[in-house]
Amino acid sequence: MDAESLPYALDLVAGGGGGLSSEKRAALRASLLLLRRDYRFERVRFWGRIQGIRGPYYIAEGLLSCLSDLNCVEWSLLPPATEEMITQTAGLKGRFQGDPSYEYDPIEKKGEENERIYEEEGGPMIKEEIRLVATIDQIDKAVGIIPRGAFVKTPLGPVHENRNFEGLSLTEAKKLNSYFHFTEPVNLKNRTLLQKADLDPSIDFLDSLEHDIPKGSWSIQLERGGSLVVLRSLLWPGLTFYHIPMTKQFGYIYLGTGEKNIDLPFML
Amino acid sequence: MADPSGEPPPEAQASPPSGQSSEQLDLGPGQESPPVQGPYQPTLPGQGTPPAQGPYQPTLPGQGTPPAQGPYQPTLPGQGPYQPIQPGQAPPPGQGPYQPSQRGQFPYEPYEPRQAPYQPHQPGHDTTPGQAPYQPHQPGQSAYEAHQVGQGPYQPLSQDPRQSIYQPHAPGQEPYQPQDPRRSIYQPHAPGQDPYQPQEPRGSLYQQQEPMLGPYQPFVPGHGPYQPHDPGYGLYQPGYSPYEDEIPDPEPRALAIQNAKAYLMKSSTKSGLNLYDHLAQMLTKILDERPINAVDIIENISKDVKWAQFQKKMDTLHDEHEMLPTFELAEKYKALFLKGTGEGGDQEPEEEITDSPLPNVMETAFYFEQAGVGLSMDENYHIFLALKQLVSMQPIQTCRFWGKILGLEMNYIVAEVEYREGEEEEETEEEEVIEEGGKEGSEDKDEEEDEEKEDEPPKSTYKSPPVVPKEENRTGTNKFIYFVCNEPGKPWLKLPPVTPVQIVAARKIKKFFTGRLDAPIVSYPPFPGNEANYLRAQIARISAGTQISPLGFYQFGEEEGDEEEEGGAGRDTYEENPDFETISVMELVDSLSNWVHHVQNILMQGRCSWINPSQKSEEEEEEGEEEEKAEEPDEPQPEVGPPLLTPLSEDAEIQNIPPWTSQLSTNLVPQYAIAVLQSNLWPGAYSYAVGKKFDNIYLGWGHKYSPDNYTPSMPPPVQTEYPSGPEITEMNDPTVEEEQALKAAQEEALAAAEEMDEMEEEEDEDEDD
Repeated sequence: MDAESLPYALDLVAGGGGGLSSEKRAALRASLLLLRRDYRFERVRFWGRIQGIRGPYYIAEGLLSCLSDLNCVEWSLLPPATEEMITQTAGLKGRFQGDPSYEYDPIEKKGEENERIYEEEGGPMIKEEIRLVATIDQIDKAVGIIPRGAFVKTPLGPVHENRNFEGLSLTEAKKLNSYFHFTEPVNLKNRTLLQKADLDPSIDFLDSLEHDIPKGSWSIQLERGGSLVVLRSLLWPGLTFYHIPMTKQFGYIYLGTGEKNIDLPFML
Repeated sequence: MADPSGEPPPEAQASPPSGQSSEQLDLGPGQESPPVQGPYQPTLPGQGTPPAQGPYQPTLPGQGTPPAQGPYQPTLPGQGPYQPIQPGQAPPPGQGPYQPSQRGQFPYEPYEPRQAPYQPHQPGHDTTPGQAPYQPHQPGQSAYEAHQVGQGPYQPLSQDPRQSIYQPHAPGQEPYQPQDPRRSIYQPHAPGQDPYQPQEPRGSLYQQQEPMLGPYQPFVPGHGPYQPHDPGYGLYQPGYSPYEDEIPDPEPRALAIQNAKAYLMKSSTKSGLNLYDHLAQMLTKILDERPINAVDIIENISKDVKWAQFQKKMDTLHDEHEMLPTFELAEKYKALFLKGTGEGGDQEPEEEITDSPLPNVMETAFYFEQAGVGLSMDENYHIFLALKQLVSMQPIQTCRFWGKILGLEMNYIVAEVEYREGEEEEETEEEEVIEEGGKEGSEDKDEEEDEEKEDEPPKSTYKSPPVVPKEENRTGTNKFIYFVCNEPGKPWLKLPPVTPVQIVAARKIKKFFTGRLDAPIVSYPPFPGNEANYLRAQIARISAGTQISPLGFYQFGEEEGDEEEEGGAGRDTYEENPDFETISVMELVDSLSNWVHHVQNILMQGRCSWINPSQKSEEEEEEGEEEEKAEEPDEPQPEVGPPLLTPLSEDAEIQNIPPWTSQLSTNLVPQYAIAVLQSNLWPGAYSYAVGKKFDNIYLGWGHKYSPDNYTPSMPPPVQTEYPSGPEITEMNDPTVEEEQALKAAQEEALAAAEEMDEMEEEEDEDEDD
């Protein structure tokens, strides 16, 4: 969520129990601004917090780059996520430690998983920082969502914010197909012409949540009697998306442990 | 081409216009003046009508009516020729569209004034009053035409010189000179007007020529009926220039403009709006509001303007009042607030007596907020009021906000209460009876039905393991009673007491809550009960795992010794230690041994205190004694869990993950920091402690953390249907060889037997002997 609206937005997602203490809020308010100045970001988002065992990571996001922090004041730049990182860290499980220099031993992991034999050959120790980057990237790709119509695709290709977005109506807001994954569409191309017939190419250029697998991987709730829609991802518990119907206000934040809920199919 | 054709008409026409002018003067004040002034006024000074009129009026009177037309005259002479034509072609389209534009659309006014003058000309043609004032103008116009001819479409650029030319004419009309400043204002408009004026007259000429089938005819077909092409011309005026060589007269463009305008003014069949008005309104709005980067937000402005159109809804029929869920909730919240004041009087005496059980939710929330957990303040307060409501409706000894469990559709807000002595028994017992009766009844029915149906087949020898009896109220897992509601303000629902079977089953499954208490739990292994039971079981497990307090805050009661003897698992009651010495926050954070569990551990059996199920079942059911006796040898060893008030440091690790994470709420102001503990085993469980204050809260999905994937237990192996033995196994038929071999063997055996007999007999005989 945007740094400017952070305190207000945090209140909206507090229904899930997550939140930031007053101290952190106050610290973020100042440090995000400085962050924006120092890195020349046009805008800075507060992405969320990943709770480690020894301490949390606070993560802010500028344009195309992530920064992490342990105390909300001094930020350090994270390397951009690469495919290699993601495959490297795919086998890591368990909680984050809260120490970016902590090193995971892939060999140890290999013992648990037979698939990752090649790492036995002397795969380097994986730093937690790498895992952090990969996890953030995964979360963004898997469950970073926007309401339908908030972004439009121009005929020439570029996507930009829709100035005319006035928010979803209350009835739309209750439906999963009013929300889109904010990443490159994957399923859209696979849909039949008949399914595509009703789509508006300038708006419906992303995958909607409706077809997420497994079905029901989102909990969609109207809070405050319908004046607030909250979507919680069950696949990545901790990710909360909020939207106030009929307004432009929406955003998501991750406050969790950075672990994917792989038990989801059994839990529905 | 235009010159010869153009010039003579002005001169010839000059006279009629002058004649018109006289009449126009008459008409001017009568008919035209209002529309004419209307449009001008806004354009000139800045849309202010009074000031705009101000300048004009002086000119008009100063010059007398003829001079008043002076400024118009350039148009007039040109128009002279048109007038006859206009009635034929343009009036319907031209006048029609103009009128609406005249009303209040400033940018377009420049056009309007001209039309206005035209109209008067038409009627005025016949008259022939004083032409004198106009004659000087006519030459001026001839000059224009010359320019026009030469410059063609570029006239707009050349208009300034023309105006300079006009002005000299104007000096001829002395009254204009004082107006020069005003003219300067006019000029921007004038240039817009000027090009049109010459064009229009030519259009009129053109039309005149049409009937005459002069040299323009070839163009005429090209323009066809004008209307279809004209809008195109109008739009492409700059691009139109190339045609000028072919069409020396820009007159068709005048038509094109008119037609384009007519097109623009076509009102939509859907909304009744037309683009012309819409654009006018947009530009007006932009000029009024002067937004930054207007070009970027022109779409929005367009939208806004359109929306503004629809705001007026003068319908006498009202829509049915919409009942949003927001209102319903607000109603409930309001009820909460009303009760606080309404029934306060009744409650006060009780509170004095019983030392109100209502917890200070807001204080707790304040501390948890420092820890970075907790709900929003609004929600906390609503919960606070809801708890107050609960306390006032139930005979409650102690009450606590236990936490919130998230569900797929709705969430549960959980309150942990303890009834006052004696009061809970009736209610709970009744409920239990009902519930258990219902369950047992249904089970019995099933069994009976089964028995009836399955008379013939052999009875199953399976005997379910003896049911572990439920713990009494106020003990063990049923120590507290839990109320839940989905939303503060909604009615509180009491959860049924938990049974050991449910706890054991709940350990084996991992399901999301839906938010509906009566929802079935579809799982394997099957869960006995519905979501209410599952919720209650999870609450019991979470409580046992995460309810902690600083060491020494609670102590065992005096009769602890007796209890220890009675229950193997240890003492299950504690009391507050009046001599509790606060543990410093730093110590609380540093060492987990300064924290203790104050809720009993739940044994594998699903109870806090171990009980031998088979013993009890023997007493209850004497029928099965024999079989149970057989089982007695492997009677389970009594389970012993960690006793109550065990330090957290004894908690088991979760695969190298410490079960608790402790930290200070703030490092900046350590003297006011509080100690925060966060359970890693039950994500979402938090505790804080500072001084003598501490509390626990759970905000989460209600699931235990496990580093490994959840794997549902495998179904048990298929049971054998009947004991297989030799008597029921079918044997292979012996082959002939086998039979023969058997026979041979039998014979041999017989023979041998006989021999043996003989031998034996002999032996016997020998023995006898």
